[in-house]
Amino acid sequence: MSQLLEVNSLYVHHGQLCAVDDVSFTLPEGEILAIVGANGAGKSTLLRTIAGLQHQTSGSIVLGGDDIGKLTPNRRVRRGISLVPEGRRLFASMTLEENLLVGASHANDGPFTVKRIYELFEWMPARRKQSVWQLSGGEQQAVAIGRALVANPRILLLDELSLGLAPIVVEKIYALIPEIVAHGVSILVVEQDVAQGVSVADRVLCLLEGKTSLVGTPSELTAQQIDRAYFGTDLASSAPGALST
Amino acid sequence: MTVSDATTELLTLDVRRSNHSAWFTSSGALVLIAFLSVAPWVVPAEFATTLMNFYILVIMATMWNLLAGYAGMVSIGQQAFVGLGAYATLYFALKGVNPFITIPLAAVVCGLLAVPITYLLLRLRGGYFAIATWVVADTALLYIGTIALLGGGTGRLVPGLQNLTPAQTAHYSYLAAWAVALIVVGGTYFLLRSRLGLVLASIRDNEVAARSAGVNVRAARRTIFIIAAAGCGAAGAVLAISQPFIQPSSVFSLQWAAEMLFVSMIGGLGTIEGPIIGAIIFFALQQSLQQDGAWYLIIFGTLAVVVALWQPRGIWGAFRDRFNADLLPVGYNVKKRAGVNGPPSNEQ
Amino acid sequence: MTWLNILIQGALIGGFYALFACGLSLMFGVLKVINLAHGDMAVVAGYVAVFLTPHLHIPEIWSFLIVVPIFGALGYVVQRTLIQKSIDRDPFTTLLVTFGLSVVIENLLLEAYSANGQTVNIGSLGYESWHPGSIFYISYVSLGVLGAAVLVLLILQLFLSRTSTGRLIRAVADDREAAQMSGANYRHIFGIAAAIAFATVALAGIAYGMMTQFAPTSGGVNLLFAFEAVVIGGIGSLWGTLIGGIALGIAQQFGAHFNVEYQILAGNVLFLIVLAIRPQGLFGRKTALS
Repeated sequence: MSQLLEVNSLYVHHGQLCAVDDVSFTLPEGEILAIVGANGAGKSTLLRTIAGLQHQTSGSIVLGGDDIGKLTPNRRVRRGISLVPEGRRLFASMTLEENLLVGASHANDGPFTVKRIYELFEWMPARRKQSVWQLSGGEQQAVAIGRALVANPRILLLDELSLGLAPIVVEKIYALIPEIVAHGVSILVVEQDVAQGVSVADRVLCLLEGKTSLVGTPSELTAQQIDRAYFGTDLASSAPGALST
Repeated sequence: MTVSDATTELLTLDVRRSNHSAWFTSSGALVLIAFLSVAPWVVPAEFATTLMNFYILVIMATMWNLLAGYAGMVSIGQQAFVGLGAYATLYFALKGVNPFITIPLAAVVCGLLAVPITYLLLRLRGGYFAIATWVVADTALLYIGTIALLGGGTGRLVPGLQNLTPAQTAHYSYLAAWAVALIVVGGTYFLLRSRLGLVLASIRDNEVAARSAGVNVRAARRTIFIIAAAGCGAAGAVLAISQPFIQPSSVFSLQWAAEMLFVSMIGGLGTIEGPIIGAIIFFALQQSLQQDGAWYLIIFGTLAVVVALWQPRGIWGAFRDRFNADLLPVGYNVKKRAGVNGPPSNEQ
Repeated sequence: MTWLNILIQGALIGGFYALFACGLSLMFGVLKVINLAHGDMAVVAGYVAVFLTPHLHIPEIWSFLIVVPIFGALGYVVQRTLIQKSIDRDPFTTLLVTFGLSVVIENLLLEAYSANGQTVNIGSLGYESWHPGSIFYISYVSLGVLGAAVLVLLILQLFLSRTSTGRLIRAVADDREAAQMSGANYRHIFGIAAAIAFATVALAGIAYGMMTQFAPTSGGVNLLFAFEAVVIGGIGSLWGTLIGGIALGIAQQFGAHFNVEYQILAGNVLFLIVLAIRPQGLFGRKTALS
């Protein structure tokens, strides 16, 4: 089976800091890949680079057989990559509906229309004329997802969905993911909350200081393995004063 | 590496303020200073006048550069202080003070006037700060124009110079301009080598980091704004003495802002040598285009735009990058000491 | 009655200021750029209308039909080349570049057309006015310009709120990166915003030429007023710019009432007061300044 997305030996630098250090992975169609790691591990940088908002230093990003590394972000949307960014980043001066309409402005053909989004999120139609700053955190997150979906992406990139939201709200949002995949969208989800990421994913990739520290399916990986990969050391066995290189 | 490894590395480093090129400056500078001090008696009168105008421009450009290149504040309203300095001189001269004594007074007055202005302007950033400075300059121009004592809109002659011969006036004006230029440029040099200079560099590099390291960014900016105001005030005072008929439209002219800006940009923003080099080019251009009215501004302006887009470090910046030479070094030179872990290497 | 006259004259000139300023406001809101050459574009449009459109056998009063679209196209090109290059460097550079352009343009005009005042010839209409109650003089031109300003602002408002492109412009103004994530080519959007800015300021420049004399340096003084109108009314609000323009106009008329020399000064003072007390302007958002 050919891969929908291939990331090969990706290096991304913030000035002198290497944020993504030789990361490679693949994403087949219809799969959910969770990328977990601590704060600053490079997860968001990785997503932003795939979306085109950040330049890679070297390495390649291949979508459906085409190298998209030189494409501007808006072109990548056309090719089928949509990013739901960290912090939602809705258009604050606009209403809920206007936010969705902007998302639809450069949409590909596909099942997701504004109407379909309103069916997916039943509370939206009643509040579509409201300014988005009046919505709760969870509602804003839903609008952000809707805005990305309405472009009909092949791959949906989700960056830190759970940040700043109550656990019960996070659960409701994650419950939508299988339905999104059922429409033919593959998902790359970045999470600091490991449990949440692992619970929804087909495969898990762990980043530590920009490097891949662990890859596998949730059933293959033990909690201890994930801990080690996440923190870089076994919490129980670390001796004070020594730094791992 | 371990902590002890790092400490050993530190002990092998030499931290100096300058490298070899600064020795050229010190000797060359003394010769130049000596020559320029006796210039009025040595060179033709026209050239001395040109030199005087050159000094005035250097003063203004150095101050603008201090504001924009080091403190990050782009102002298109420094002409406010040029004009206020000029009118301070007029005012004190009318009260009987010797015009040459008014120069430091004018600088102080402008510095004092700058203080309340900073409270209004410093919470603005970028373009808003820039235009607000312009409004302040415009307001100063209009306000002074309403004061009959100072000549209103038509202008007035600065008194106190009439008992001197034209030659004496020219000589003394020249020396005044020369002295102020030396003080301003020299003062800026020492300022930037001081702690304040280091503070400014840190703000310029990364404001947030500077703030978290305890730097009072607002206070540093306020200080620089006041100094720049005083410097431009001194320039205005010298201008008033050299003209000596002054009117609001000339001393408050936006043209000063344009000249300060272009000269600093082309010469090299964020360097001390830059404004001087830019001013030299400016006058060279002006001399060769004497007959053609506004052309030198057109050419110079276009050059400034080109420099801003393609070589933002200016002529001196480019020279310094290539040859690693500093005539007036304000940074730090870090060298590995010879013999420890290999031959010496240069890093800045 | 003089007070009413001050209000009326102030409102009339305020309309002009708003027309002049809406492009400045748009460019700042969307591109985050303050175009210091904005005023000079208006003057150039005036010169084009007076000296170049007659070659096309078009009466000067209709010159705007040709000049405005040309300037719109010019705005798009200038943005995609020069201004974008400046933006890519840093905000500092845009200030320096636009200031440099302003000086170059003014002096080129000075060389080409001298410092003499010019007007856009509209025949006798330029001198006629309405005489309500035999007390007020409301010049037809000023009224026309106010009407044009309101019309332009209305069209702009509708464009921004009802059309897809207008929405994209607002999106880019709100959050450029998020707009990119939704597929917007932000450079193109910047170009459109610049095109609108240049087109409206060209119209304002021609209007100015109909109301009064203009010279190469007229751009500077009007830029100042435009900027003051935007700040007083509030950054990011089109109607705020209209209110700001009118407030500025009234302040200036108020000052002129006491002494002609105080006219511009009074406007500047109002601006400085607003800056001191309520920097975000009457209708602006607090975040607009940083």
